[in-house]
Amino acid sequence: MAEEITIPGWKKWLEDIGEQVTFFTRFIRNIFVGGFEWSEFVRQCYEIGYRSMMLVGVTSFIMGVVLILQLRPTLVEFGAASLMPKTLSVSFVREIGPVIIAIICAGKIASSIGAELGSMKVTEQLDAMDVSGANPVQYLVVTRILATTVMVPILTLIGDVIGLFGGYLALNLTDHMSLSLYATKVIASLDYTDFIPAFIKTIFFGLAIGFVGCYKGFHSSKGTESVGLAANSAVVTASLWIFVIDAIAVQITSLLFYQ
Amino acid sequence: MAEQEIIAEPVEKSHDKNEVVIEIKHLKKSFGSKEVLKDINLDVHRGENVVVLGRSGQGKSVTIQCIVGMLIPDAGTLKVFGEEVAELGEKELKELRMKIGFLFQSGALYDSMTVRENMEFPLTRVLKISDRAELDSRVNEILEAVGLSDAADKMPSDLSGGMRKRAGLARTLIIKPEIMLYDEPTTGLDPITSREISKLILEMQKKYKTTAIIITHDMDCARVVADRVVIMNEGEYLAEGTFDELHKSNNEIVKSYFIDIS
Repeated sequence: MAEEITIPGWKKWLEDIGEQVTFFTRFIRNIFVGGFEWSEFVRQCYEIGYRSMMLVGVTSFIMGVVLILQLRPTLVEFGAASLMPKTLSVSFVREIGPVIIAIICAGKIASSIGAELGSMKVTEQLDAMDVSGANPVQYLVVTRILATTVMVPILTLIGDVIGLFGGYLALNLTDHMSLSLYATKVIASLDYTDFIPAFIKTIFFGLAIGFVGCYKGFHSSKGTESVGLAANSAVVTASLWIFVIDAIAVQITSLLFYQ
Repeated sequence: MAEQEIIAEPVEKSHDKNEVVIEIKHLKKSFGSKEVLKDINLDVHRGENVVVLGRSGQGKSVTIQCIVGMLIPDAGTLKVFGEEVAELGEKELKELRMKIGFLFQSGALYDSMTVRENMEFPLTRVLKISDRAELDSRVNEILEAVGLSDAADKMPSDLSGGMRKRAGLARTLIIKPEIMLYDEPTTGLDPITSREISKLILEMQKKYKTTAIIITHDMDCARVVADRVVIMNEGEYLAEGTFDELHKSNNEIVKSYFIDIS
């Protein structure tokens, strides 16, 4: 009998990178092969977007409130309490909103996609789809990745608005400011260099969340334990990707707009 | 290689009985250091039901997974309708798969869809049928054939084990494949439901004129559906013949499969 071959960790890691590149190429190719699954795409947008809205809304609201409550003592100490709307809006729209909402989405969406596809793999549904001549990548992967790519930026926009509104309510706990004045100050303090780069990076956050969820689900091994592992691994990997993309986006934005 | 005991003539069918639709020669497949298929040889003729018996882990499922292109063999020849499966491109493999139905052990129903949506999935995605009337007609026909007309709008989770197998069979047959591959179709079912599924396999074969390979451990199922039985042992074919011929075999391993059969 042949000897058991042990593959070194770095080789496995390289293999995994190779498989991810192959999977991403299949995803891109299947966008353009024709017969786009519109109904499944719309269903995924509903599942991913609408069903995450409450979680994103509540989290963003709390973040807005907490940020104002944390900022206030310091800004008051420096006599800059009037800068609270500006400070909150710039920090929330540029960084805190997109990253926190993407992390929330990674926890909810990437895990859900990873578990769903992992479960389909375990119960041979993916194999059944494949051997029937249907295209599981087109039906399951393309629709989910594109849905997250579309819905995460929309969720971030909604979350930004709710977070800033939370900040307004928190501001009025101690001070008084009308909603119209607050809105005017927020809008005046934001320009396209705050908004556009943040929006673009949320598209990549959405892409990463969908891709990682689908990849982990598709490549889970055939056992019930692997479903949990796929979900867990999808969250961890997607969260890591979000920070990596954020770091790259900040560098590019700094070079383009803040030099 | 173990001696091949009895070579039986394929059962006569109304169509071309000599046409070999699946041709396997010296097939080998290993996973890491484990050699699962050592030397598999098998011809399956049009219209016949070949039952493959063997202990777990002998490579029965691996063989049919190679036939449908889910696994690539390490060596040997595997031709379906005269085409070497391992050499097919993506498009050709898809075309071949449209002629092959694969019933998974679990039924593998898509659990986010109703039974009707499960039936419509291959019709709309594989055969590209979009006409509502034709979809309804074909779905109703196949569900009636497997006795699931009343379950069309149920979710797979609401079905019993036997119903799931029937629904899986219906979804596989709805695209009217020429070859059916059954992976343990009666596993996990009670004896009465197992018998019903076995009869259903036979009825569907007669109705849709399919050629089939049935992998099973269920001797009652083998007795009902088999035109020819092949026994696999340690990655090789040990014996083949009709059910009755193998039943009378003197080979100890073959006899062990028929020990409870009167």
